[in-house]
Amino acid sequence: MEKRRLLITFFLAPSFVVLAGVVLYPFLYNVVLSFGNMNLTTIRHWDLIGFRQYVKIFTEPSQPDFYTVFWKTIVWTVVNVFFHVVLGVFLALLLNQKLRGKSIYRTILILPWAIPQYIVALTWRGMFNYEYGSLNIMINKYLGLPAVEWLKSPTEAFLACILTNVWLGFPFMMVIALGAMQSIPHELYEAAAIDGARWWHRIRMITLPLIRPIMVPAITLGTIWTFNNLNIVWLVSNAGEPADNTHILVSFVYKAAFNFYGYSYAAALSMVIFVILLLFSLAFLRTTRATEAAF
Amino acid sequence: MDQQRLTRILATATTHILLVLFAVFAVFPIWQIVNISLRPGDQLLSSTLELIPSNATLENYERLFTETEFLRWIGNSVFVAFAVTATGVVLASTAGYGFSRFRFTGRNFGLLTLLTTQMFPATMLLLPMYIMLITLGLINTFLGVIIVYSATALPFCIWTMKGYYDTIPVSLEEAARIDGCGRFQAFSRIILPLAAPALVITALFSFMTAWSEYIVAAQILQDSQLWTLPLGLKSFEASMSTQWGLYGSASLIVMVPVVLLFLALSRWLVSGLTLGSVKG
Repeated sequence: MEKRRLLITFFLAPSFVVLAGVVLYPFLYNVVLSFGNMNLTTIRHWDLIGFRQYVKIFTEPSQPDFYTVFWKTIVWTVVNVFFHVVLGVFLALLLNQKLRGKSIYRTILILPWAIPQYIVALTWRGMFNYEYGSLNIMINKYLGLPAVEWLKSPTEAFLACILTNVWLGFPFMMVIALGAMQSIPHELYEAAAIDGARWWHRIRMITLPLIRPIMVPAITLGTIWTFNNLNIVWLVSNAGEPADNTHILVSFVYKAAFNFYGYSYAAALSMVIFVILLLFSLAFLRTTRATEAAF
Repeated sequence: MDQQRLTRILATATTHILLVLFAVFAVFPIWQIVNISLRPGDQLLSSTLELIPSNATLENYERLFTETEFLRWIGNSVFVAFAVTATGVVLASTAGYGFSRFRFTGRNFGLLTLLTTQMFPATMLLLPMYIMLITLGLINTFLGVIIVYSATALPFCIWTMKGYYDTIPVSLEEAARIDGCGRFQAFSRIILPLAAPALVITALFSFMTAWSEYIVAAQILQDSQLWTLPLGLKSFEASMSTQWGLYGSASLIVMVPVVLLFLALSRWLVSGLTLGSVKG
């Protein structure tokens, strides 16, 4: 028995110590910070002030407005995840059949996922340039439509971020969906074909229901990643331009912390985001019952 | 019969057309990077689209190595990424095994906590750690970023390893122990080699976390001597008149190795992800 305890310690203690230092302690520190009044001037002598930062988030006007940013984040997440899943599953369906050049298509379509995100963001930012960006050149010269001020007006800048993120996110869902489809036994399709089921029916009755158990956790993960994706919004809009109109919650917190030095305010905002995501994940996984086998 | 053949040919053709369209969509920005990197200095702000720019030249690549700190950034990034990878592999391979094979108090709580950290917004750990690093005097050091990156990558890596160990039958260790192996030997000689695919995923994930990270590095590494690649590349973009030529050539050099690595390992990466999240 003594030996078993020693083994457990050997395997788990190093990680435990490291995680306690770099995850648990900072997390608790963040909780404490969120009840304080720390900013750049009070960093050496700050006090606990209770729930005031939280009250401030929900009741006091901020620049940009918290509720506007909140709704933008919801739109951002829903639109992105929707396109990721729809495009991903659609492409997986196309690839999940006998097809010449299948592995070449698959390789090319994974590329957006393989490229470092900051390069994706900076490259798309260049493509959105008004005069020299390739998108406006296409729109203007080749389609004859008026060029778009992608990065100068709030709606277009937000759209630019979404477009970039849709581009980089669909391969993940495609690969997961394709993996799930390939594990469906072939006999099911044969039986359906004998019963005279058409292509669409086979997809609706066999493919989609059977990839669901794998897609649900992937979608949960994708939603969390998208909700928290600081890279794309921050780098495409160059820190929220124009005039802090292009923010989602995480970029708003990042700005509050590192550009405005409102440390406690930012800590409280982080907590709010975390609780939103936690509640979402619990609700989503409970309704879909995907975690039943998790432990 | 003919009718059926026609439908099939039409369906195949449609499939190919759709896939080609999406392939173009996927490749377009990459082609942009290649294109920009080959443009001669006087045509950087070109407003035409050519597949390969006229007078294509490698001068941007030459300037990148002779006039910028690119080599130093590569050195910095490689150092940080290897440190994070080594930490990730050593800690996750042991902790994952512990979670997979032993039942002890706090096990479920530990696993749930690891999962919960995936919901932390980036600022949740970055801000308190930033303040801690200031207090400890670790701002502007590689150790500072290595610590933050490990905190980001480790929970995911432990889950991946645990999920993979779960798929290896316990009977293998039992057999090894009957043959006289100790518990630890059974782990290091039998199980660890079998878990090679998961180790590769863990290494790749840790490496990519460090290699491609901008947001954290921007706060911690303020001294340009310590810049990692993302900070260097961003500096091309952020200068008064964006140095697109340098940016393009640097981006290409930075992404080619990781893209190749990613493609080579993508099958394993996916099985690791789905095992980690579905089977638990």
